[in-house]
Amino acid sequence: MKKNSNQEARTAMLFASPWFIGFSVFLLYPLLASIYYSFCDYSVLRPPIFLGADNYVNLWRDEVFWIALKNTLVYAVFALPLSALCALVLALLLNTKVKGMTFYRTIFFIPSLVPMVSLAVLWLWIFNGEYGVLNVFLKGIGIASPPNWLSDTLWSKPALILMSMWGVGNAMVIYLAGLQDVPQQLYEAADLDGAGGWMKIRHVTLPMISPVILFNVIMGIIGTLQIFTVPYVMFPGGAPARSTYFYTMYLFDNAFIYHKMGYACAMGWIMFLIILGLTLIALKFSERHVHYGGS
Amino acid sequence: MATTLNKKRKHDLSGPRNPWLIHLVLMILSAAFLFPLLWMVSTALKPIEQTMKQPPVWIPNPVEWHNYKDAFMYGADKLGYIPFLVYGRNTLIICTLAVAGTVCSNSIVAYSFARMRWKYRDLVFALTLATMMVPFPVIMVPIYGLYKNLGWIGTFRPLWVASWFGGAFNIFLLRQFFRTIPFELSEAAKIDGCSEWQIFRQVILPLAKPALSVVALFTFMETWNDFLGPLIYLMDQKTFTLSLGLQFYQSQHGGTQWHFLMAASTIVVAPVLVLFFFTQKTFIQGIAVTGLKG
Repeated sequence: MKKNSNQEARTAMLFASPWFIGFSVFLLYPLLASIYYSFCDYSVLRPPIFLGADNYVNLWRDEVFWIALKNTLVYAVFALPLSALCALVLALLLNTKVKGMTFYRTIFFIPSLVPMVSLAVLWLWIFNGEYGVLNVFLKGIGIASPPNWLSDTLWSKPALILMSMWGVGNAMVIYLAGLQDVPQQLYEAADLDGAGGWMKIRHVTLPMISPVILFNVIMGIIGTLQIFTVPYVMFPGGAPARSTYFYTMYLFDNAFIYHKMGYACAMGWIMFLIILGLTLIALKFSERHVHYGGS
Repeated sequence: MATTLNKKRKHDLSGPRNPWLIHLVLMILSAAFLFPLLWMVSTALKPIEQTMKQPPVWIPNPVEWHNYKDAFMYGADKLGYIPFLVYGRNTLIICTLAVAGTVCSNSIVAYSFARMRWKYRDLVFALTLATMMVPFPVIMVPIYGLYKNLGWIGTFRPLWVASWFGGAFNIFLLRQFFRTIPFELSEAAKIDGCSEWQIFRQVILPLAKPALSVVALFTFMETWNDFLGPLIYLMDQKTFTLSLGLQFYQSQHGGTQWHFLMAASTIVVAPVLVLFFFTQKTFIQGIAVTGLKG
């Protein structure tokens, strides 16, 4: 018996070994190296030179770092709740059991499949100052001088936020699945108590799908704070006037344009801590507001 | 996994109180969601003057189908330019290797986590889940250094080799699925003298097809869309992927040839949409399941 379980354990280790290698080589080693490099002057070409906390001190004094951090947080503060709301409203509309639900679901989902670079290129055209179809539409509904989305520092971030609303299909599908799992008896009970539509959403639907909301919020935080591809393609260098220069863009530039790899690692760790902090806040908040049902 | 959503719908709500109002709202929203893509296709089929007409030309006339061919073959006639066709081939090579690696490695690893007993298994699994929190930018520099030392910068290898060594998200997804398969099946196979490998290959894998297709689909999409990876690791234009090639094209010719740019963009989007239409059910269910069990 003993020999058998040893044998099984050995086979199990063998089966799991790709991940042990992957975990060590592509996660554990890079994490440890990244901590070390963040305290070093490192350019990949030469061996790292230990500096102490210099990178972190310099980041604290780096104006561009704060601009990039502020841009990212401002974007997240608007994009996260707005796209969560948009996804939830679409899911609620689809969950009303109208005919053709799958058809509408497909339409709302499709934009979230569009590859990032295509997305950026497409919206560059839609937002175009001279021939952009969005401003043609805005003029059509009586807005005499619509914004210069791509060249006005005030409107470049709203442009990106608007785009993020177009890609809510993924979150919507998750919400919809959550909504379909809410037991029907709860609504019937609410009906007996004379609850109206909004009361049912507020007191039945939202508490029941709160774990799904929490999941989406956490995934949203992780994704939004790393925003890179779309602004990198649409706004080279974070133009206009660095208003779209986001955290990961500055990190990328430090690593691969200025070859300040140690500095980039320090930025990476600060980002990690911010993400961890926000996730912990979300989890803490959820203790009071998230309802885990019997299932 | 494939039937839960459909079963639910039947005994659900009796129907909305004012279906027409909801239909109206849904139709307006659908138009808004579809319009950008339709506009992309429409622009891609226009002669260049019509892209800059005010008021805009909604339906191209004449329809210039050759814009697609021109965008696809763009640069093929010029020395030193790389046609989009090559980007497409590169992307397919990388996608194939990454999908194959992800499916093979993660199914074996997930099998070990789901259906074999070993010490500290659940602890290691928890640790594995925690690694999903690590943002790529944190480990980007050391991984780049690693590939640089191996002499892999400028090759496809950094874009697919790691996928042969498992990843937390897919291990999680497959483990959850493997655990739903009755353990009696494995016991019976063991009594029949099957080795662990035979049970995995002949009993579990055939039953896990829905979950494996979800993993394959997600990986394909992710690899097809990836931009940061190719941007970091690929140097020579001949090795570019579609995403990187499109960005390169845009940075070189952006702001003028919108019809070509939209045609090129459509070429990058179209395969993803076609794949989605053929696998819609698997896809939607895959997303719903990851969201609900997460």
